Amino acid sequence: MRRILLFFLMSTMLLSGCQLTSTQVSPPKKLTVYAAASLTNAFDEIGKIFMAANPGVTVAFNFAGSQALRTQIEEGAKADVFASANMKEMDTLVSGNYVAVDDVSPFMTNQLIVIMPANNPAELTSLVDLSKPGVKIVLAAKEVPIGNYAQQVLDNLDSFLGAGYKEKVLANVVSYENDVKQVVAKVQLGEADAGIVYSSDAIAAPELKKIDIPVEHNVVAKYPLAPLLNSENPELAQAFIDFILSSQGQAILQNWGFLPLK
Amino acid sequence: MRVRRIVPDELTTTNRHSSWLFVLPGLLLLILLGLPLIALFIRAIGVDFLSYAISETALTALKLSLFTSLVSVSVSLLIGTPLAYVMARWEFPGKAALQILIDLPIVLPPSVAGLALLLAFGRNGVFGGALMSIGISLPFTTVAVIIAQTFVSAPLYVRSASIGFAAIDPQIEEAAHVEGANQWQLFSRVMFPLARRALASGAVITWTRALGEFGATIMFAGNLEGVSQTMPLAIYLGFERNLNVAIVLSVLLVMVSMLMMSLMRKLDGNKIY
Repeated sequence: MRRILLFFLMSTMLLSGCQLTSTQVSPPKKLTVYAAASLTNAFDEIGKIFMAANPGVTVAFNFAGSQALRTQIEEGAKADVFASANMKEMDTLVSGNYVAVDDVSPFMTNQLIVIMPANNPAELTSLVDLSKPGVKIVLAAKEVPIGNYAQQVLDNLDSFLGAGYKEKVLANVVSYENDVKQVVAKVQLGEADAGIVYSSDAIAAPELKKIDIPVEHNVVAKYPLAPLLNSENPELAQAFIDFILSSQGQAILQNWGFLPLK
Repeated sequence: MRVRRIVPDELTTTNRHSSWLFVLPGLLLLILLGLPLIALFIRAIGVDFLSYAISETALTALKLSLFTSLVSVSVSLLIGTPLAYVMARWEFPGKAALQILIDLPIVLPPSVAGLALLLAFGRNGVFGGALMSIGISLPFTTVAVIIAQTFVSAPLYVRSASIGFAAIDPQIEEAAHVEGANQWQLFSRVMFPLARRALASGAVITWTRALGEFGATIMFAGNLEGVSQTMPLAIYLGFERNLNVAIVLSVLLVMVSMLMMSLMRKLDGNKIY
Protein backbone atom coordinates (compact mmCIF):
# COMPACT_ATOMS: atom_id res chain seq x y z
CA MET A 1 0.00 0.00 0.00
CA ARG A 2 2.73 2.43 1.01
CA ARG A 3 4.70 1.61 -2.10
CA ILE A 4 1.68 2.35 -4.27
CA LEU A 5 1.18 5.70 -2.56
CA LEU A 6 4.83 6.57 -3.04
CA PHE A 7 4.64 5.70 -6.72
CA PHE A 8 1.50 7.76 -7.04
CA LEU A 9 3.10 10.77 -5.36
CA MET A 10 6.21 10.54 -7.47
CA SER A 11 4.31 10.28 -10.71
CA THR A 12 2.12 13.26 -9.84
CA MET A 13 5.22 15.29 -9.09
CA LEU A 14 6.78 14.26 -12.37
CA LEU A 15 3.62 15.05 -14.29
CA SER A 16 3.13 18.45 -12.67
CA GLY A 17 6.78 19.22 -13.36
CA CYS A 18 6.19 18.47 -17.01
CA GLN A 19 3.17 20.69 -17.10
CA LEU A 20 5.00 23.63 -15.55
CA THR A 21 7.66 23.59 -18.24
CA SER A 22 5.14 23.19 -21.06
CA THR A 23 2.89 26.07 -19.92
CA GLN A 24 5.87 28.40 -20.00
CA VAL A 25 6.00 27.96 -23.78
CA SER A 26 3.17 29.52 -25.86
CA PRO A 27 -0.14 27.96 -24.86
CA PRO A 28 -1.94 26.26 -27.76
CA LYS A 29 -5.30 27.79 -28.64
CA LYS A 30 -8.25 25.78 -29.80
CA LEU A 31 -11.09 27.21 -31.85
CA THR A 32 -14.28 25.15 -31.97
CA VAL A 33 -16.50 25.75 -34.99
CA TYR A 34 -20.01 24.33 -35.26
CA ALA A 35 -20.92 24.31 -38.94
CA ALA A 36 -23.74 23.05 -41.16
CA ALA A 37 -22.98 19.64 -42.71
CA SER A 38 -23.06 21.16 -46.21
CA LEU A 39 -20.01 23.26 -45.30
CA THR A 40 -17.86 20.18 -44.55
CA ASN A 41 -15.52 20.26 -47.57
CA ALA A 42 -15.19 24.04 -47.84
CA PHE A 43 -14.62 24.61 -44.11
CA ASP A 44 -12.12 21.74 -43.89
CA GLU A 45 -10.02 23.52 -46.51
CA ILE A 46 -10.51 26.93 -44.87
CA GLY A 47 -9.57 25.45 -41.49
CA LYS A 48 -6.27 24.07 -42.84
CA ILE A 49 -5.31 27.42 -44.38
CA PHE A 50 -6.35 29.29 -41.21
CA MET A 51 -4.23 26.98 -39.04
CA ALA A 52 -1.24 27.39 -41.35
CA ALA A 53 -1.59 31.18 -41.12
CA ASN A 54 -1.97 31.09 -37.31
CA PRO A 55 0.69 28.83 -35.76
CA GLY A 56 -0.32 27.38 -32.41
CA VAL A 57 -4.01 27.50 -33.29
CA THR A 58 -6.06 24.35 -33.80
CA VAL A 59 -9.48 24.54 -35.41
CA ALA A 60 -11.88 21.75 -34.46
CA PHE A 61 -15.08 21.35 -36.48
CA ASN A 62 -18.39 19.80 -35.54
CA PHE A 63 -20.34 19.25 -38.76
CA ALA A 64 -24.00 18.23 -38.47
CA GLY A 65 -27.46 19.40 -39.44
CA SER A 66 -27.79 23.06 -38.34
CA GLN A 67 -30.84 22.15 -36.22
CA ALA A 68 -28.77 19.54 -34.33
CA LEU A 69 -25.94 22.01 -33.72
CA ARG A 70 -28.39 24.67 -32.51
CA THR A 71 -29.85 22.17 -30.00
CA GLN A 72 -26.38 21.17 -28.81
CA ILE A 73 -25.47 24.82 -28.20
CA GLU A 74 -28.74 25.37 -26.31
CA GLU A 75 -27.91 22.34 -24.16
CA GLY A 76 -24.57 23.83 -23.16
CA ALA A 77 -22.08 22.67 -25.81
CA LYS A 78 -18.95 24.84 -25.90
CA ALA A 79 -18.41 26.43 -29.29
CA ASP A 80 -16.73 29.59 -30.52
CA VAL A 81 -18.33 30.02 -33.94
CA PHE A 82 -21.64 28.83 -35.37
CA ALA A 83 -22.29 28.68 -39.13
CA SER A 84 -25.86 27.75 -40.06
CA ALA A 85 -27.44 26.73 -43.36
CA ASN A 86 -30.49 28.88 -42.65
CA MET A 87 -31.42 32.05 -40.77
CA LYS A 88 -33.97 30.22 -38.60
CA GLU A 89 -31.50 28.33 -36.38
CA MET A 90 -29.34 31.44 -36.02
CA ASP A 91 -32.38 33.55 -35.08
CA THR A 92 -33.32 30.98 -32.43
CA LEU A 93 -29.86 31.35 -30.88
CA VAL A 94 -30.15 35.16 -31.03
CA SER A 95 -33.46 35.10 -29.17
CA GLY A 96 -32.00 32.65 -26.68
CA ASN A 97 -29.12 35.06 -25.99
CA TYR A 98 -26.39 32.75 -27.25
CA VAL A 99 -25.50 35.09 -30.12
CA ALA A 100 -25.66 38.90 -30.35
CA VAL A 101 -27.88 40.06 -33.20
CA ASP A 102 -25.27 42.56 -34.47
CA ASP A 103 -22.63 39.81 -34.69
CA VAL A 104 -24.53 37.78 -37.29
CA SER A 105 -23.07 38.03 -40.80
CA PRO A 106 -24.55 36.25 -43.79
CA PHE A 107 -21.55 34.97 -45.76
CA MET A 108 -22.68 32.79 -48.66
CA THR A 109 -25.66 31.37 -50.48
CA ASN A 110 -26.40 27.99 -51.91
CA GLN A 111 -28.95 26.55 -54.32
CA LEU A 112 -30.66 23.21 -54.64
CA ILE A 113 -30.13 20.44 -57.17
CA VAL A 114 -31.33 16.87 -57.76
CA ILE A 115 -28.67 14.15 -57.62
CA MET A 116 -28.80 10.56 -58.86
CA PRO A 117 -26.36 7.62 -58.61
CA ALA A 118 -23.75 7.46 -61.40
CA ASN A 119 -25.67 4.62 -63.15
CA ASN A 120 -29.01 6.42 -62.75
CA PRO A 121 -30.98 3.22 -61.94
CA ALA A 122 -34.43 4.86 -62.29
CA GLU A 123 -33.41 6.50 -65.61
CA LEU A 124 -34.48 9.96 -64.49
CA THR A 125 -33.99 12.76 -67.01
CA SER A 126 -36.27 15.56 -65.83
CA LEU A 127 -37.84 16.96 -62.69
CA VAL A 128 -41.19 15.46 -63.78
CA ASP A 129 -39.63 11.99 -63.54
CA LEU A 130 -39.34 12.41 -59.76
CA SER A 131 -43.13 11.98 -59.56
CA LYS A 132 -43.13 8.63 -61.45
CA PRO A 133 -44.42 5.89 -59.13
CA GLY A 134 -41.74 3.63 -57.66
CA VAL A 135 -38.85 6.10 -57.77
CA LYS A 136 -36.95 5.94 -54.47
CA ILE A 137 -36.31 9.45 -53.22
CA VAL A 138 -34.34 10.41 -50.12
CA LEU A 139 -34.81 13.85 -48.56
CA ALA A 140 -33.61 15.40 -45.33
CA ALA A 141 -36.17 15.75 -42.54
CA LYS A 142 -38.19 18.99 -42.48
CA GLU A 143 -36.31 20.08 -39.34
CA VAL A 144 -33.03 20.06 -41.28
CA PRO A 145 -32.49 23.27 -43.32
CA ILE A 146 -32.02 21.37 -46.62
CA GLY A 147 -35.17 19.35 -45.92
CA ASN A 148 -37.13 22.56 -45.45
CA TYR A 149 -35.64 24.13 -48.61
CA ALA A 150 -36.50 20.96 -50.58
CA GLN A 151 -40.13 21.27 -49.48
CA GLN A 152 -40.11 24.90 -50.70
CA VAL A 153 -38.71 23.85 -54.09
CA LEU A 154 -41.38 21.14 -54.37
CA ASP A 155 -44.02 23.77 -53.56
CA ASN A 156 -42.62 26.02 -56.30
CA LEU A 157 -42.55 23.14 -58.79
CA ASP A 158 -46.04 22.04 -57.75
CA SER A 159 -47.58 25.27 -59.01
CA PHE A 160 -45.51 24.98 -62.20
CA LEU A 161 -45.80 21.26 -63.04
CA GLY A 162 -49.22 20.87 -61.41
CA ALA A 163 -51.44 17.80 -61.04
CA GLY A 164 -50.41 17.02 -57.46
CA TYR A 165 -46.71 16.98 -58.34
CA LYS A 166 -45.47 17.57 -54.79
CA GLU A 167 -47.78 14.94 -53.32
CA LYS A 168 -46.57 12.34 -55.83
CA VAL A 169 -42.92 13.15 -55.17
CA LEU A 170 -43.42 12.96 -51.39
CA ALA A 171 -45.17 9.58 -51.82
CA ASN A 172 -41.89 8.37 -53.36
CA VAL A 173 -39.80 9.42 -50.34
CA VAL A 174 -38.33 6.32 -48.66
CA SER A 175 -36.35 8.08 -45.92
CA TYR A 176 -35.97 11.45 -44.19
CA GLU A 177 -32.32 11.81 -43.18
CA ASN A 178 -30.75 13.88 -40.39
CA ASP A 179 -28.40 15.96 -42.48
CA VAL A 180 -27.59 16.61 -46.11
CA LYS A 181 -24.47 14.42 -46.16
CA GLN A 182 -26.61 11.39 -45.22
CA VAL A 183 -28.81 12.12 -48.25
CA VAL A 184 -25.71 12.29 -50.47
CA ALA A 185 -24.37 9.02 -48.95
CA LYS A 186 -27.59 7.10 -49.64
CA VAL A 187 -27.50 8.25 -53.28
CA GLN A 188 -23.76 7.55 -53.61
CA LEU A 189 -24.32 3.99 -52.34
CA GLY A 190 -26.97 3.60 -55.03
CA GLU A 191 -29.66 2.76 -52.47
CA ALA A 192 -31.78 5.76 -53.43
CA ASP A 193 -32.70 6.75 -57.01
CA ALA A 194 -32.57 10.47 -56.28
CA GLY A 195 -32.05 13.05 -53.55
CA ILE A 196 -32.47 16.82 -53.29
CA VAL A 197 -29.32 18.48 -51.97
CA TYR A 198 -27.29 21.70 -52.30
CA SER A 199 -25.42 22.52 -55.52
CA SER A 200 -22.25 22.53 -53.40
CA ASP A 201 -22.83 18.86 -52.49
CA ALA A 202 -23.00 18.00 -56.18
CA ILE A 203 -19.62 19.73 -56.69
CA ALA A 204 -18.15 17.66 -53.83
CA ALA A 205 -19.45 14.43 -55.43
CA PRO A 206 -18.68 14.89 -59.15
CA GLU A 207 -19.39 11.23 -60.03
CA LEU A 208 -23.13 11.70 -59.41
CA LYS A 209 -25.66 12.52 -62.16
CA LYS A 210 -27.58 15.77 -61.73
CA ILE A 211 -30.79 17.51 -62.74
CA ASP A 212 -30.73 21.30 -62.41
CA ILE A 213 -33.64 23.13 -60.83
CA PRO A 214 -34.43 26.29 -62.87
CA VAL A 215 -33.58 29.51 -61.04
CA GLU A 216 -37.19 30.72 -61.02
CA HIS A 217 -38.28 27.61 -59.06
CA ASN A 218 -35.15 27.28 -56.96
CA VAL A 219 -34.60 28.77 -53.52
CA VAL A 220 -31.67 30.82 -52.27
CA ALA A 221 -30.31 29.29 -49.08
CA LYS A 222 -28.64 32.06 -47.09
CA TYR A 223 -25.83 30.97 -44.72
CA PRO A 224 -25.15 33.15 -41.65
CA LEU A 225 -22.28 32.81 -39.19
CA ALA A 226 -21.56 34.41 -35.81
CA PRO A 227 -19.30 34.14 -32.77
CA LEU A 228 -20.98 32.74 -29.67
CA LEU A 229 -21.34 35.11 -26.71
CA ASN A 230 -19.77 32.65 -24.26
CA SER A 231 -16.77 31.93 -26.50
CA GLU A 232 -13.50 31.72 -24.57
CA ASN A 233 -11.54 32.95 -27.60
CA PRO A 234 -13.57 35.87 -28.96
CA GLU A 235 -10.62 37.43 -30.84
CA LEU A 236 -9.75 34.16 -32.49
CA ALA A 237 -13.42 33.54 -33.34
CA GLN A 238 -13.59 36.99 -34.96
CA ALA A 239 -10.34 36.33 -36.87
CA PHE A 240 -11.83 33.11 -38.27
CA ILE A 241 -15.02 34.92 -39.31
CA ASP A 242 -13.00 37.73 -40.91
CA PHE A 243 -11.05 35.13 -42.89
CA ILE A 244 -14.26 33.59 -44.22
CA LEU A 245 -15.57 37.01 -45.23
CA SER A 246 -12.20 37.90 -46.87
CA SER A 247 -11.77 37.51 -50.62
CA GLN A 248 -9.57 34.45 -50.04
CA GLY A 249 -12.21 32.73 -47.89
CA GLN A 250 -14.98 33.66 -50.32
CA ALA A 251 -12.96 32.25 -53.25
CA ILE A 252 -12.58 28.90 -51.48
CA LEU A 253 -16.32 28.75 -50.81
CA GLN A 254 -17.06 29.55 -54.46
CA ASN A 255 -14.70 26.76 -55.54
CA TRP A 256 -16.89 24.37 -53.55
CA GLY A 257 -20.03 25.51 -55.35
CA PHE A 258 -21.33 28.20 -53.00
CA LEU A 259 -22.60 31.48 -54.46
CA PRO A 260 -21.66 34.95 -53.24
CA LEU A 261 -24.26 37.17 -51.56
CA LYS A 262 -26.00 39.41 -54.08
CA MET B 1 -25.23 -23.66 -6.44
CA ARG B 2 -25.77 -20.85 -3.92
CA VAL B 3 -22.62 -19.09 -2.86
CA ARG B 4 -22.61 -17.90 0.71
CA ARG B 5 -22.03 -14.17 0.75
CA ILE B 6 -20.03 -12.27 3.31
CA VAL B 7 -22.26 -9.70 4.95
CA PRO B 8 -20.69 -6.49 6.36
CA ASP B 9 -21.21 -7.68 9.97
CA GLU B 10 -18.80 -10.48 9.38
CA LEU B 11 -15.98 -8.20 8.31
CA THR B 12 -13.25 -7.89 10.87
CA THR B 13 -12.23 -4.41 12.03
CA THR B 14 -8.99 -4.45 10.03
CA ASN B 15 -10.90 -5.39 6.88
CA ARG B 16 -13.40 -2.64 7.37
CA HIS B 17 -10.63 -0.03 7.44
CA SER B 18 -9.90 -0.49 3.78
CA SER B 19 -13.50 -0.83 2.69
CA TRP B 20 -13.43 2.76 1.34
CA LEU B 21 -11.20 1.37 -1.40
CA PHE B 22 -14.31 -0.30 -2.75
CA VAL B 23 -17.00 2.12 -1.67
CA LEU B 24 -15.53 5.35 -3.10
CA PRO B 25 -14.80 4.20 -6.68
CA GLY B 26 -18.07 2.29 -6.63
CA LEU B 27 -19.95 5.44 -5.66
CA LEU B 28 -18.32 7.35 -8.52
CA LEU B 29 -19.55 4.80 -11.02
CA LEU B 30 -23.01 4.78 -9.46
CA ILE B 31 -23.18 8.56 -9.86
CA LEU B 32 -22.14 8.26 -13.49
CA LEU B 33 -24.76 5.57 -14.13
CA GLY B 34 -27.55 7.09 -12.12
CA LEU B 35 -27.28 10.83 -12.65
CA PRO B 36 -28.24 10.93 -16.36
CA LEU B 37 -31.34 8.85 -15.68
CA ILE B 38 -32.31 11.04 -12.74
CA ALA B 39 -31.80 14.13 -14.93
CA LEU B 40 -34.10 12.63 -17.55
CA PHE B 41 -36.84 12.10 -14.99
CA ILE B 42 -36.34 15.57 -13.46
CA ARG B 43 -36.70 17.20 -16.90
CA ALA B 44 -39.81 15.10 -17.53
CA ILE B 45 -41.52 16.50 -14.42
CA GLY B 46 -43.90 19.24 -15.40
CA VAL B 47 -43.91 18.19 -19.04
CA ASP B 48 -47.44 17.45 -20.16
CA PHE B 49 -46.56 13.78 -20.36
CA LEU B 50 -49.76 12.41 -21.83
CA SER B 51 -50.20 14.94 -24.60
CA TYR B 52 -46.70 14.22 -25.92
CA ALA B 53 -46.94 10.48 -25.37
CA ILE B 54 -50.13 10.24 -27.41
CA SER B 55 -48.97 12.60 -30.17
CA GLU B 56 -49.25 10.93 -33.55
CA THR B 57 -45.51 10.70 -34.18
CA ALA B 58 -44.95 9.11 -30.76
CA LEU B 59 -47.78 6.62 -31.12
CA THR B 60 -46.75 5.59 -34.63
CA ALA B 61 -43.16 5.11 -33.45
CA LEU B 62 -44.33 3.17 -30.39
CA LYS B 63 -46.50 0.83 -32.48
CA LEU B 64 -43.73 0.26 -35.01
CA SER B 65 -41.20 -0.39 -32.24
CA LEU B 66 -43.44 -2.95 -30.52
CA PHE B 67 -44.23 -4.72 -33.79
CA THR B 68 -40.67 -4.89 -35.15
CA SER B 69 -39.06 -5.85 -31.83
CA LEU B 70 -41.61 -8.62 -31.19
CA VAL B 71 -41.12 -10.06 -34.68
CA SER B 72 -37.36 -9.79 -34.27
CA VAL B 73 -37.33 -11.58 -30.91
CA SER B 74 -39.60 -14.32 -32.32
CA VAL B 75 -37.17 -14.82 -35.19
CA SER B 76 -34.29 -14.99 -32.68
CA LEU B 77 -36.14 -17.65 -30.67
CA LEU B 78 -37.00 -19.68 -33.72
CA ILE B 79 -33.59 -19.80 -35.34
CA GLY B 80 -31.46 -18.96 -32.32
CA THR B 81 -32.56 -21.81 -30.08
CA PRO B 82 -31.27 -24.59 -32.40
CA LEU B 83 -27.97 -22.73 -32.81
CA ALA B 84 -27.62 -22.26 -29.04
CA TYR B 85 -28.35 -25.96 -28.54
CA VAL B 86 -25.67 -26.96 -31.03
CA MET B 87 -23.14 -24.54 -29.52
CA ALA B 88 -23.81 -25.87 -26.00
CA ARG B 89 -23.97 -29.62 -26.64
CA TRP B 90 -21.84 -30.42 -29.67
CA GLU B 91 -18.11 -30.37 -30.25
CA PHE B 92 -16.82 -29.74 -33.76
CA PRO B 93 -13.80 -28.17 -35.45
CA GLY B 94 -13.99 -24.39 -35.79
CA LYS B 95 -16.41 -24.05 -32.90
CA ALA B 96 -14.33 -21.35 -31.21
CA ALA B 97 -14.24 -19.26 -34.39
CA LEU B 98 -17.99 -19.70 -34.81
CA GLN B 99 -18.52 -18.52 -31.23
CA ILE B 100 -16.62 -15.31 -32.00
CA LEU B 101 -18.73 -14.75 -35.12
CA ILE B 102 -21.94 -15.19 -33.10
CA ASP B 103 -20.79 -12.87 -30.31
CA LEU B 104 -19.33 -10.18 -32.56
CA PRO B 105 -22.51 -8.12 -33.12
CA ILE B 106 -22.77 -7.65 -29.32
CA VAL B 107 -19.62 -5.52 -29.25
CA LEU B 108 -19.73 -4.13 -32.80
CA PRO B 109 -20.62 -0.42 -33.07
CA PRO B 110 -24.19 -0.29 -34.44
CA SER B 111 -23.07 2.04 -37.22
CA VAL B 112 -20.66 -0.66 -38.41
CA ALA B 113 -23.53 -3.15 -38.28
CA GLY B 114 -25.71 -0.79 -40.33
CA LEU B 115 -23.04 -0.18 -42.95
CA ALA B 116 -22.28 -3.92 -43.18
CA LEU B 117 -25.99 -4.73 -43.62
CA LEU B 118 -26.28 -2.07 -46.33
CA LEU B 119 -23.22 -3.41 -48.15
CA ALA B 120 -24.58 -6.98 -47.91
CA PHE B 121 -28.30 -6.57 -48.56
CA GLY B 122 -28.48 -3.11 -50.16
CA ARG B 123 -29.44 -2.71 -53.79
CA ASN B 124 -25.80 -2.66 -54.83
CA GLY B 125 -24.80 -4.99 -51.99
CA VAL B 126 -23.06 -8.35 -52.27
CA PHE B 127 -26.39 -10.22 -52.13
CA GLY B 128 -28.51 -7.27 -53.21
CA GLY B 129 -28.39 -8.24 -56.87
CA ALA B 130 -29.70 -11.75 -56.17
CA LEU B 131 -32.49 -10.32 -54.01
CA MET B 132 -33.37 -7.74 -56.67
CA SER B 133 -33.67 -10.48 -59.30
CA ILE B 134 -36.49 -12.04 -57.29
CA GLY B 135 -38.06 -8.65 -56.77
CA ILE B 136 -36.91 -7.96 -53.21
CA SER B 137 -35.41 -4.64 -52.18
CA LEU B 138 -34.68 -4.46 -48.46
CA PRO B 139 -33.31 -1.00 -47.62
CA PHE B 140 -35.87 1.56 -46.39
CA THR B 141 -38.42 -1.11 -45.42
CA THR B 142 -39.87 -2.38 -42.14
CA VAL B 143 -38.24 -5.73 -42.92
CA ALA B 144 -34.89 -3.93 -42.89
CA VAL B 145 -35.71 -2.64 -39.38
CA ILE B 146 -36.40 -6.21 -38.23
CA ILE B 147 -33.19 -7.50 -39.84
CA ALA B 148 -31.14 -4.75 -38.17
CA GLN B 149 -32.72 -5.48 -34.78
CA THR B 150 -32.19 -9.23 -35.16
CA PHE B 151 -28.58 -8.74 -36.23
CA VAL B 152 -27.68 -6.80 -33.11
CA SER B 153 -29.90 -8.59 -30.57
CA ALA B 154 -30.04 -12.29 -31.52
CA PRO B 155 -26.48 -12.96 -30.28
CA LEU B 156 -27.62 -12.03 -26.76
CA TYR B 157 -30.31 -14.70 -26.97
CA VAL B 158 -27.97 -17.37 -28.34
CA ARG B 159 -25.50 -16.58 -25.57
CA SER B 160 -28.05 -16.83 -22.76
CA ALA B 161 -29.72 -19.94 -24.22
CA SER B 162 -26.47 -21.82 -24.73
CA ILE B 163 -25.42 -21.09 -21.14
CA GLY B 164 -28.78 -22.54 -20.11
CA PHE B 165 -28.31 -25.68 -22.20
CA ALA B 166 -24.72 -26.13 -21.08
CA ALA B 167 -25.69 -25.96 -17.41
CA ILE B 168 -27.81 -29.11 -17.64
CA ASP B 169 -26.24 -32.13 -15.91
CA PRO B 170 -24.83 -34.57 -18.57
CA GLN B 171 -26.15 -37.48 -16.49
CA ILE B 172 -29.70 -36.40 -17.32
CA GLU B 173 -28.84 -36.60 -21.01
CA GLU B 174 -27.32 -40.06 -20.53
CA ALA B 175 -30.41 -41.24 -18.67
CA ALA B 176 -32.60 -40.05 -21.52
CA HIS B 177 -30.43 -41.96 -23.99
CA VAL B 178 -30.69 -45.11 -21.87
CA GLU B 179 -34.48 -44.71 -21.92
CA GLY B 180 -34.23 -44.69 -25.73
CA ALA B 181 -35.02 -41.04 -26.43
CA ASN B 182 -34.01 -39.72 -29.88
CA GLN B 183 -32.45 -36.26 -30.45
CA TRP B 184 -35.79 -34.48 -30.86
CA GLN B 185 -37.35 -36.15 -27.82
CA LEU B 186 -34.26 -35.36 -25.79
CA PHE B 187 -34.53 -31.70 -26.82
CA SER B 188 -38.28 -31.21 -26.53
CA ARG B 189 -39.01 -33.31 -23.41
CA VAL B 190 -35.82 -32.87 -21.41
CA MET B 191 -33.46 -30.09 -22.44
CA PHE B 192 -35.97 -27.43 -23.45
CA PRO B 193 -38.03 -27.64 -20.23
CA LEU B 194 -34.87 -27.66 -18.09
CA ALA B 195 -33.39 -24.61 -19.85
CA ARG B 196 -36.63 -22.67 -20.11
CA ARG B 197 -35.68 -20.03 -17.52
CA ALA B 198 -32.44 -19.24 -19.36
CA LEU B 199 -34.33 -19.13 -22.67
CA ALA B 200 -36.97 -16.78 -21.29
CA SER B 201 -34.38 -14.53 -19.69
CA GLY B 202 -32.44 -14.46 -22.97
CA ALA B 203 -35.63 -13.58 -24.84
CA VAL B 204 -36.31 -10.66 -22.48
CA ILE B 205 -32.85 -9.10 -22.84
CA THR B 206 -32.98 -9.68 -26.61
CA TRP B 207 -36.34 -7.96 -26.86
CA THR B 208 -35.09 -5.00 -24.82
CA ARG B 209 -32.01 -4.67 -27.03
CA ALA B 210 -34.13 -4.86 -30.20
CA LEU B 211 -36.44 -2.18 -28.81
CA GLY B 212 -33.45 0.12 -28.27
CA GLU B 213 -31.76 -0.46 -31.64
CA PHE B 214 -30.80 2.81 -33.32
CA GLY B 215 -27.58 2.99 -35.33
CA ALA B 216 -28.00 -0.01 -37.59
CA THR B 217 -31.65 0.89 -38.21
CA ILE B 218 -31.03 4.49 -39.29
CA MET B 219 -28.26 3.39 -41.68
CA PHE B 220 -29.91 0.31 -43.16
CA ALA B 221 -33.62 1.12 -42.95
CA GLY B 222 -33.58 4.91 -43.05
CA ASN B 223 -36.08 7.10 -41.23
CA LEU B 224 -39.72 7.24 -42.37
CA GLU B 225 -42.70 7.60 -40.07
CA GLY B 226 -44.71 4.38 -39.92
CA VAL B 227 -42.14 2.40 -41.93
CA SER B 228 -38.77 2.66 -40.23
CA GLN B 229 -39.04 5.43 -37.60
CA THR B 230 -38.88 3.40 -34.38
CA MET B 231 -38.88 5.01 -30.92
CA PRO B 232 -35.09 5.55 -30.72
CA LEU B 233 -35.15 7.28 -34.14
CA ALA B 234 -38.11 9.43 -33.11
CA ILE B 235 -36.18 10.41 -29.98
CA TYR B 236 -33.16 11.41 -32.06
CA LEU B 237 -35.17 13.60 -34.42
CA GLY B 238 -37.51 14.78 -31.67
CA PHE B 239 -34.44 16.10 -29.86
CA GLU B 240 -34.15 18.73 -32.57
CA ARG B 241 -37.83 19.31 -33.23
CA ASN B 242 -39.27 19.30 -29.76
CA LEU B 243 -37.14 18.31 -26.80
CA ASN B 244 -40.24 17.41 -24.77
CA VAL B 245 -41.25 14.68 -27.22
CA ALA B 246 -37.75 13.24 -26.96
CA ILE B 247 -37.81 13.38 -23.14
CA VAL B 248 -41.23 11.74 -22.85
CA LEU B 249 -40.31 8.95 -25.28
CA SER B 250 -36.98 8.43 -23.48
CA VAL B 251 -38.66 8.15 -20.09
CA LEU B 252 -41.08 5.61 -21.57
CA LEU B 253 -38.19 3.54 -22.94
CA VAL B 254 -36.27 3.73 -19.65
CA MET B 255 -39.30 2.52 -17.73
CA VAL B 256 -39.93 -0.37 -20.11
CA SER B 257 -36.26 -1.34 -19.93
CA MET B 258 -36.28 -1.22 -16.11
CA LEU B 259 -39.34 -3.45 -16.03
CA MET B 260 -37.69 -5.91 -18.40
CA MET B 261 -34.44 -6.00 -16.43
CA SER B 262 -36.28 -6.81 -13.21
CA LEU B 263 -38.26 -9.49 -15.00
CA MET B 264 -35.00 -10.96 -16.26
CA ARG B 265 -33.56 -11.01 -12.74
CA LYS B 266 -36.62 -12.91 -11.57
CA LEU B 267 -36.17 -15.43 -14.38
CA ASP B 268 -32.49 -15.85 -13.59
CA GLY B 269 -33.44 -16.57 -9.99
CA ASN B 270 -30.97 -13.89 -8.88
CA LYS B 271 -28.24 -16.34 -9.77
CA ILE B 272 -25.91 -13.83 -11.35
CA TYR B 273 -25.78 -11.26 -8.59
